[in-house]
Amino acid sequence: MKFDGIAKNTGLEASRRMAAPSLWTSKRWQGRLSLVLTYALLLFFGALVTLPFLWMLSTSLKQMDDIFLFPPKWIPDPIVWSNYPRALSKVPFLLFFKNTFIVTFFAIIGTLLSASLVAYSFARLRWPGRDICFFIVLTTLMLPHQVTLIPQFIIFRELNWIDTLLPLIVPWFFGGGAFNIFLLRQFFITIPEELDDAARIDGCSYLGIYARIIIPMSRPVLAAVAIFAFQNHWNEFLLPLIYIHSRSRYTLALGLRLFQEQYWVDWSGLMAASTVIMLPVLLVFYFAQRYFIQGIVFTGVKG
Amino acid sequence: MAVRASIASRLNLPAGRLARREALVGVLLVMPWFVGFLIFLLGPMLVSVYLSFTDWDLLTPAKFVGLKNYRKMIFEDPLIKQALKVTTIYAFSAVPLRVVGGLLLAVLLNQNIKLKSFIRTVFYLPSVVSGVAVAMLWLWIFNSDFGLLNLILNLFGIPGPAWLSDTRYVLAAFVIMSLWGVGGSMVIYLAGLQGVPTDLYEAAEVDGANSLTRFWYITLPMISPVIFFNLVMSIIAALQIFNQAYIMTQGGPQNASMFMMLYLYFNAFEYFKMGYASALAWLIFFYILALTLLVFRSSSHWVFYTGSVRGK
Repeated sequence: MKFDGIAKNTGLEASRRMAAPSLWTSKRWQGRLSLVLTYALLLFFGALVTLPFLWMLSTSLKQMDDIFLFPPKWIPDPIVWSNYPRALSKVPFLLFFKNTFIVTFFAIIGTLLSASLVAYSFARLRWPGRDICFFIVLTTLMLPHQVTLIPQFIIFRELNWIDTLLPLIVPWFFGGGAFNIFLLRQFFITIPEELDDAARIDGCSYLGIYARIIIPMSRPVLAAVAIFAFQNHWNEFLLPLIYIHSRSRYTLALGLRLFQEQYWVDWSGLMAASTVIMLPVLLVFYFAQRYFIQGIVFTGVKG
Repeated sequence: MAVRASIASRLNLPAGRLARREALVGVLLVMPWFVGFLIFLLGPMLVSVYLSFTDWDLLTPAKFVGLKNYRKMIFEDPLIKQALKVTTIYAFSAVPLRVVGGLLLAVLLNQNIKLKSFIRTVFYLPSVVSGVAVAMLWLWIFNSDFGLLNLILNLFGIPGPAWLSDTRYVLAAFVIMSLWGVGGSMVIYLAGLQGVPTDLYEAAEVDGANSLTRFWYITLPMISPVIFFNLVMSIIAALQIFNQAYIMTQGGPQNASMFMMLYLYFNAFEYFKMGYASALAWLIFFYILALTLLVFRSSSHWVFYTGSVRGK
């Protein structure tokens, strides 16, 4: 590969081309050269992208002194598994995990339930003012969350919900986010309407159609919505930062910052904890990759 | 309509009543969204406008001060200029790199190569795990003495800077970090590239166009709507950068990474200047809006919609 690259830019190549033009200008050679280049570039960039992950894993398994070696050791020796239990017991990790799980779980339920019902109404039911309302949904897509941040804080303060998990969960039961409504509605309108009509004639109610036809036929897009919601709530930082003050209600995102408060940073412990926090998202991504990619395709290209 | 009439007769209902029932159910189902829209969006927006004309520390009643907050913002507060400056520099470096880098990777990956979906996963992983854990990881990577980045630079004999505590390098650090998530836009490009009809390429090849020409005259115009989408999304995201900066630098050193959202957060939730912070929120909003509109206006010159792409 290196040789090809050099040869291309020197007189060597030109002389060769004159000698055997058919060889160097032929489609097959060009194709092969570009393929080798492609692999080389992908390998290079792929390594760059992967290195931080490997670095994190490597640091999380090192003993304290080995962290500060030059040149760095990539494979820890000895491998210190005990960094993990040490890191996880340093802060009440299990409690933070539980809090994060509660928020993520109920927020996803709220999003799916609420957004799908609203989207069903927009996609399938006829009522006066529907199109204006849908237009409002679309405009709120671009609305600024920084503008509503402070007034929302004041609302939850009036409700005495500060320092509870409720501000992180309850709003999702009110529509489930404009983007999700839009995404689901766009999918619902692709389901043949004849199915609804047939069910109506057989005496099925509107909610029956939603539950027996629309929802079962939309599993992939619902999965995509759920996965994106999971990713967002699991990683959310700003809202817990604003609303939650007591340690007993911290989410993982807040809890991880406790490592920073110490006089010196315990890097191997911090990297171990970071690895553990990333793990659920990575696992969900691994097992649901298909839906992930479909969801992105749907939002990015067709949305 | 005919269907509705037949459903009505089947259910022994007059068609008008059926339509009314459908409307009732429809409105009821939309209610949660509508209530949410009023109390979490429209109401707060109006309140925010009002608050931006007041002084309020949450403890004593809000005091109406007219345009004072805006006057302070525009004429007196040097930090707001700093915030606008660093956010703009960051956005104008990170966004083009992301948009172009993502496209480059997508084009590389969109060939007939082995392990395609595996490689795609590798590049996409960083965008999956965004959040505090990632910020912690990069905090460690940027560590001036033992961080990965400076260790690598050392191997090449380059003395690495103190990335996060040097005013000259801190923005570059955030740009590098954002580039790590380039796979997010790559995946969207890949989807767009798959939608380009292959007969266009075949026709061009027959006409003797080389791969660079094909890219320039077919691929680029055909996926320009996707580039546009990625551009707008990246701009909005970049101008609202917060998590990384809050965790890694808190706006330092010497406010060199005091991004707009960070400054808003400090004013609202650390100094409890709710009025001034509300005014800042509107400034950020209109700044994002202005840049987005600029991109939208420019799009008629470079975004190319074919019937088939638009119809999809």
